[in-house]
Amino acid sequence: MTDMNPDTSQKGADISRRDFLRSGAAVATTTLAPGVTLIAFGGSAAEAKADAGKRWGLLIDANKCASDCSACVSACSTENGWKGNGNAETDVQWIRKITLNNTETGREVTMPMMCQHCEDPPCVDVCPTGASFKREDGIVLVDKHTCIGCRYCMMACPFKARSFVHEPVNNQKSHAPRGQGTVESCTLCVHRVDKGGVPACVEACEATGHGAIIFGDLKDPQSDIAKRLVEYQSVALRPDLDLNPGVRYSGL
Amino acid sequence: MERTIYREIMATRPVWGLAVTLGAFIAAAMASFFYVEHYGHIVTGMNNQVVWGLPHVFAIFLIVAASGALNVASIVSVFDQTVYKPMARFSALLAMSLLIGGLAVLVLDLGRPDRIIVAMTKYNFSSIFAWNIFFYTGFLAIVAAYLFVQMSPGFPYSRVRVAGTLAFVWRLALTTGTGSIFGWLVARPGYDSAIMAPMFIAMSFAFGTAVFILVLSALFRLAGRPFGDQMMLRLGRKLAIFVAAVMYFEGVRHLTNLYAAEHVGFETFILTGGGTLTTLFWLGQVVIGGVIPLMVLFHPSFGKTAKAPLVASVLVIAGGFAQLYVIVIGGQAYPMEMFPGYEVTSGFFDGEIASYRPRWPEVLLGLGGVAIALFITGLGAKILRILPTNLSDANVGLNR
Repeated sequence: MTDMNPDTSQKGADISRRDFLRSGAAVATTTLAPGVTLIAFGGSAAEAKADAGKRWGLLIDANKCASDCSACVSACSTENGWKGNGNAETDVQWIRKITLNNTETGREVTMPMMCQHCEDPPCVDVCPTGASFKREDGIVLVDKHTCIGCRYCMMACPFKARSFVHEPVNNQKSHAPRGQGTVESCTLCVHRVDKGGVPACVEACEATGHGAIIFGDLKDPQSDIAKRLVEYQSVALRPDLDLNPGVRYSGL
Repeated sequence: MERTIYREIMATRPVWGLAVTLGAFIAAAMASFFYVEHYGHIVTGMNNQVVWGLPHVFAIFLIVAASGALNVASIVSVFDQTVYKPMARFSALLAMSLLIGGLAVLVLDLGRPDRIIVAMTKYNFSSIFAWNIFFYTGFLAIVAAYLFVQMSPGFPYSRVRVAGTLAFVWRLALTTGTGSIFGWLVARPGYDSAIMAPMFIAMSFAFGTAVFILVLSALFRLAGRPFGDQMMLRLGRKLAIFVAAVMYFEGVRHLTNLYAAEHVGFETFILTGGGTLTTLFWLGQVVIGGVIPLMVLFHPSFGKTAKAPLVASVLVIAGGFAQLYVIVIGGQAYPMEMFPGYEVTSGFFDGEIASYRPRWPEVLLGLGGVAIALFITGLGAKILRILPTNLSDANVGLNR
């Protein structure tokens, strides 16, 4: 799917005529509503902006994460237009706060959990149609046009990071299209990242003064995140699976 | 041995009655499908913890039984046991019908079933699901060709054997693929095991043979055609071997899990602390689906009657559903171990046993899949020369 949105199509988006012609829907998108991206992280459009020289990631410091704060969750919900319908079992959760209690020592920490944007994502491996995909810059997304709602990715994800949309959705955000019967998860606010911004959760955490989540390019040794990873001890979740997630935790 | 004559079954009143009943189940399944399609999966019991539910139990049962239903044909064409030859056509028909029924449930449960064309045109070959689409469609094509050559007068038998062998190899690959849907899920302690593939093959032999026995004898009764006791007992003995094989693989799977400290939690859950799942495992799968069928089939007096394989088949099917329910739901209900050494809590059921209660739309969809399979089988027997007119022991050379 080719994104012809004038706001976002310039950066690195080397769209060939073939790409353009291949996607009739893209033409419809432009005509329909210029300035509004109706595509749902469709393959080539999202890929077009991904820079293989980067690997976006998060470093979450559980020591700085306050147990009574869920600003990151609220910010994600507001930014991406997902919300609960009062049924915790079927409501979607792009990001959630979890509490860990060390059964030996009794030490308790809280921290946010979301898609870990793995280098070798099991969700991408198992997706029959290729709707689950990883961009060149490491962001793992769901192409809402080709997701058939089989939920195999949810079976495969070791982090319970994905949700199935059980009910009709309305008031969607143009930058985060959603659809009943498809699977969704944290996009690392790809729409912001592609414009040089940071994910909403990171911004919100910063605003509360906790600063527990750092976003940046893991491949850039000069980035704040890379420097901190060198300096402080951090862990990847489920290291036994060797998935090399883009999200790292410290203070566990 | 008298020559085998194949004839269509007659459209008698009971046959029509059965067709209408099955049609009603199919209509109910379609109504359920549109209901879920309209309101979303919120009207089912499935949720974000247990994402695959009862429809998948039905679908997998039918798909697994499909490859096993081909067993009788394979015994003839691959292993040269010609006594079963009169049933080989029916074996192929039933295999295709069951697969279609199972696939229908799987497809109708998708979040976006309208995008089936996407699934048929876009493939990710690192996904066993994508491979399975080829295994399933290939199976239908190969078995259809196999049935065609079996029914073609004068077709060289050596070629029929080639088709039968190909179908046999294909069905092994297909069931390996179905088992690997779970076996290759590395994240969940209840799956992540290479033994899933061979265990599913053993399950396919057991479930497929049980369904074969019941459907074939029902059709013979409907058509008023004779079915020999010795033939039935032979099928029963095969069923016994397959049931024992399933129990063996399940035993090894659980013992291996118990040996590994990291899987003890999951095993404890299934074997002792899983409530309904534990009951389904011990009472449903082990006792009803394993121990009692073997006792029935090997009983010194009842085991020698033609009723024994029929009773055992009903029990094996019930136990098979229980087994798949425990595998599919149990594997999801038990929480994933994301933080060893920590007690995890969240608003998203982390660290908790997930709950799942199937609702009517799921039940109706699943039963609809069974009805589709049986309807196609009956239709095939009605319009094609699939069923032999006489399977009495005297006619097939078993009267000794």
